[in-house]
Amino acid sequence: MTYVAFRMLIGDRAKYIGLLFAVAFSTFLLQNQSSIFSNLMKRAGNQVRDVTDADVWVMAPRTDYFDQTKPLKETDLLKVRGVRGVDYAVRIFKSLPIANTRDGQFSACTVLGLDDATLVGAPRNMILGDWQDLWKPESVVIDKAGYLLLFPGEELRLGRELELNDKRVRIVGISDALPAFTTFPIIHARYSEALTFQGRQRQQLSFVLARPQSGVDAEELAVRIAEETGLKALTSPQFQWASVSYYLRNTGIPVNFGITVVVSIIVGLVVTGQTFYLFILENLKQFGALKAIGVTNRTMLAMVLFQSLLVWFVGVGFGTALSATFFNVSPFVIQLRHFILFWESAVGVAAFMLLVIIIASSAGLLRVIRLQPAEVFR
Amino acid sequence: MNAVHCQQIEKSFGSGETEVKVLRGVDFTAHQGEMTFLVGPSGCGKTTLISIIAGLLGSDSGSVELFGESIASLSSREQILFRRRHLGFVFQQYNLLPSLTAAENAAVPLFAAGMNRKAAVAKAADLLDRLGIGHRAHALPRLLSGGQQQRVALARALVHEPRLIICDEPTAALDHKSGESVMELLSNSAVHPDRAVIVVTHDNRVFHFAHRIAHMDDGVITHTESSAPTAATH
Repeated sequence: MTYVAFRMLIGDRAKYIGLLFAVAFSTFLLQNQSSIFSNLMKRAGNQVRDVTDADVWVMAPRTDYFDQTKPLKETDLLKVRGVRGVDYAVRIFKSLPIANTRDGQFSACTVLGLDDATLVGAPRNMILGDWQDLWKPESVVIDKAGYLLLFPGEELRLGRELELNDKRVRIVGISDALPAFTTFPIIHARYSEALTFQGRQRQQLSFVLARPQSGVDAEELAVRIAEETGLKALTSPQFQWASVSYYLRNTGIPVNFGITVVVSIIVGLVVTGQTFYLFILENLKQFGALKAIGVTNRTMLAMVLFQSLLVWFVGVGFGTALSATFFNVSPFVIQLRHFILFWESAVGVAAFMLLVIIIASSAGLLRVIRLQPAEVFR
Repeated sequence: MNAVHCQQIEKSFGSGETEVKVLRGVDFTAHQGEMTFLVGPSGCGKTTLISIIAGLLGSDSGSVELFGESIASLSSREQILFRRRHLGFVFQQYNLLPSLTAAENAAVPLFAAGMNRKAAVAKAADLLDRLGIGHRAHALPRLLSGGQQQRVALARALVHEPRLIICDEPTAALDHKSGESVMELLSNSAVHPDRAVIVVTHDNRVFHFAHRIAHMDDGVITHTESSAPTAATH
């Protein structure tokens, strides 16, 4: 009877395609919205994620997230270095100066001043140039999106100049830095250079980056640093999540996306559910005839389940293919760079759609099971 | 031998003030090797009676025996299996599955019995050939005339060689010529010494096919007459 169920399903092309569209577009909408939301939130922790040379971030005690910094004392760096288990600890400075171009373009940008001696925290994914050129005087590395913002419509080229706080610097590298939550260009420079890009303050050190010695657990080390220095110390993943959760708590983005996701869920549930339910309802007479002929309820159940699973498989397959296509094309749009389709989203939405279809088919199936075969004589 | 033997069947629908008593103690018998017509005005209870005989509906009281076996003594699953094995149906509106071809529609009882698809379709196509529409075996129902669809329905009722065939107004949706042709086929191919055929109809133009006519009115069989069918051949 599987064959009969299959033919019943695809026999009415319009209904079948309608069903597939409902499932496919609900899948696409849910995967798309949940992934964009996750990607956007992930950006809040991207600048921490981009620093691959250090596992522990040390900061002022009440720091909540990456963009909120309170300068530390130079002696704090020495304190961290003195903690048992620290392999190395270096300074990093973060500021938000205005960058100007000769053409009059300007933008606030995130400057990360890296330890002069080691360049710990330098961007490792370079599109043009070499991050080690940061050791040259008056040189910076800028991310691609920042370059295109300051030099719109121009091809990527090294050697161009920027002015930061009346100080002229040369672009020696263009990086593929992970996008930050804010849209500011991301500029890497040596610590000593970066200090001159902004008005001088009494204390300048934003964070201390530390790496544990071999065999020392980063989380343990972070706890030890916090205990021994009185500073706040978080591992890289902890700091990323702290930054993400700050934006989750303090912006309306989760609410807005949440509404879209909830509406998508409701639309998906209603449209898919109703279409499938109506499909079963419209075939009720045929199911009645089959029951009269002697098809058991168990066989009916198997037929409807088969139809549900087929619609789910093909519909979710199309929807996921649409989502995958979207996220494969999106890197060509600079604002959407590094957006990916999270496998958790793809799998979660597929499971959700299965639930929707099972709920919808169960409602229809109840009608089939309760159907009196004698109805076919009426 | 009695294929169907009903005694004092009663059936009501609704309850209280809205209760409608549809069958009021029906006694009915159909014999093997015969085509028995159940006739009467609309609403007299014909459809309810054949639904009870087929085990599609339960009666409030009375007994139904099919080939000596009491339907009430069977579990609901056994009733379904009994129906699948021993009963064939021809419905007024054909009730063919629109997305299956004529041969596949005729093969549905064989699919339900678990027969291999190819073998089932081949057997059904062979039967369609014998019923004169073998050339339309691969056509979808919407491409068939009413008479052709009813022949497919007839093939579906016969394909698994049931012992009882129940036809509900098989000619109601057909013009006189097509109706006559379908009844002739039914008479020639369905009537068999081991099989009984019950036909519910209003259509007095086809009464001459009957071996026996049970007249029903207001929930009871008023009288039964035997006749020598003029068009039936075994």
